[in-house]
Amino acid sequence: MTQPKEKWGTRVGLVLAMAGNAVGLGNFLRFPAQAVENGGGAFIIPYLVSFLLMGIPLLWVEWAIGRHGGKFGYHSTPGMLDVMGKSKLLKYIGVFGIFTNLTVAAYYCYLESWTLAYVWYSLTGTFSGKTAEEVANFFNHYVGIIDGSFFNFPPAALFFFFVTLGLNVWILSRGLKKGIEIASMIGMPLLILFAMFLAVRALTLEAGELGAINDAVVGLNFLWEPQYQSLADPKVWLAAAGQIFFTLSLGMGSIHCYAAYVRERDDIALNAASAGWMNEFVEVILGGSIVVPIAVAYLGLPWVQENVGFAMGFQTMPTLFQNWGPFLAALAGLAWFGLLFFAGITSSLAMGQPVMAFLQDHFNMDRKRSVTVFGSTCFLLSLWCIFFYGYGAFAEFDHWSGTFALVAFALCEAIVFSWVFGIDKGWEEINRGADIRIPIFFKFVIKYVTPLFLLAVFVGSLVSPLNGDWTGAFQSLFAGEGWLLDPGSTIGKILHLGVEDTRWFIEGRPTRVFIVDATRILLALVFIAIAVAIRVAWKRKTEATS
Amino acid sequence: MTTSALITMLTSWFIIAFFTIRFFVKVLKTPQEKHEQP
Repeated sequence: MTQPKEKWGTRVGLVLAMAGNAVGLGNFLRFPAQAVENGGGAFIIPYLVSFLLMGIPLLWVEWAIGRHGGKFGYHSTPGMLDVMGKSKLLKYIGVFGIFTNLTVAAYYCYLESWTLAYVWYSLTGTFSGKTAEEVANFFNHYVGIIDGSFFNFPPAALFFFFVTLGLNVWILSRGLKKGIEIASMIGMPLLILFAMFLAVRALTLEAGELGAINDAVVGLNFLWEPQYQSLADPKVWLAAAGQIFFTLSLGMGSIHCYAAYVRERDDIALNAASAGWMNEFVEVILGGSIVVPIAVAYLGLPWVQENVGFAMGFQTMPTLFQNWGPFLAALAGLAWFGLLFFAGITSSLAMGQPVMAFLQDHFNMDRKRSVTVFGSTCFLLSLWCIFFYGYGAFAEFDHWSGTFALVAFALCEAIVFSWVFGIDKGWEEINRGADIRIPIFFKFVIKYVTPLFLLAVFVGSLVSPLNGDWTGAFQSLFAGEGWLLDPGSTIGKILHLGVEDTRWFIEGRPTRVFIVDATRILLALVFIAIAVAIRVAWKRKTEATS
Repeated sequence: MTTSALITMLTSWFIIAFFTIRFFVKVLKTPQEKHEQP
């Protein structure tokens, strides 16, 4: 096994890289939608409770696992978990830490490339004079799904994807200090600057000014007006816990990897807390002050309540910016899609490094070879998402890699940390070299509360009831009418709930179900291939030492 | 904006901004190398 000598250049660089890993597109697009759909201002209560009882503790756990593994020369999760206990199976839990990074990067780089393309289109005035419908259709044309064809071949989207992936590969090839750290130290301040510009512009919009029909404050009020009765709804708590989980990039293996390059006696407690709270600052204060206030100002409350979601970022915002005149519209487009691009690239870089570290640690590859393997595998997997985007390949990657695998891995690592490695050793690991005093209360939280939170999120995603109505689902169960599964739940997806015809081919033509199932098989094969690679690596290691 | 919405928003913003600034300033002020053995 080679020992990568890489280390972080500065402490600020490390914290910004970790914060950049956490800050993603979801901070600006997913959080406002979740808050609107789950009780407005009252959502913040379960959200902050989840942050304190699950988010921050799990950040400490992942940093600790990473730094502990780094001490043994491991910079990816299989090796890190292997040294946490005696069982030979532990390293296979680490498959998740490679699998998620590789497969999430495959579709995330595509998503990231849209933001780069939209920066270009905003600066060149492509959206100027277009109606809302034309801008929405422009997106469909861009990703190649306008004619409902089976095979999507969008030339512009492919071009911007090549540029984005190339940029990621180039930065990764420069290493931690000269690549990721510099990118984070440029990207994060720019992201915050762009977001502040948009938030100030949004919050000062008044009805009648620049075509606005409402004060932006109406949107802010809508987002923050507490509906306390929603606190009794389990759906709200699960949504809040899920949002905290995904916004902090937990369960990926990327935090572990970055932390593995921290020296044995260096602080992780303060660094983790700082990166975590910075993510919350970007998400709640900045992310909550852009999309919803602007959309409510121009489109009104009923429209936003009905349409709030991820698509608003690409299909609605460019139209709304047009109300600000050509110069400010271009500037706002640059700021909006620029900040999404920086949010995206600082996250995708964090997905590349663990895969490269795995190849370097266990297959004696140097940085150039490992980045080539990562880049080309990611490229091939991305093509599947691009070509079959309209038939649900992208969404399948997002569900199995970007949702299910993350929660499954986090649940496993939380149990391994507290119950296999041992909470006493784990607590000592977290506190070694700490620059803040962590209240002893968190030792109890890490051992019992965090795993229970994760179990709730995991089970919740497996069997989420129809329309998130937990009360109705339990009533139905106790009335002997069975559990009303939502088609979007993991089990609902496996069973193809809500799909009338589940044939793979109709009149010789492949169906959407075929692409969905083929994507699942592809992901399963990637998972198995990584498990086999781990087996080979350990076999080689055993042979070399005997 | 209603009083309850304003109070919820400002309280949340204050808590988050307070801890973000507090921890980041501590990161800036404390050199990582202090734990290094001479």
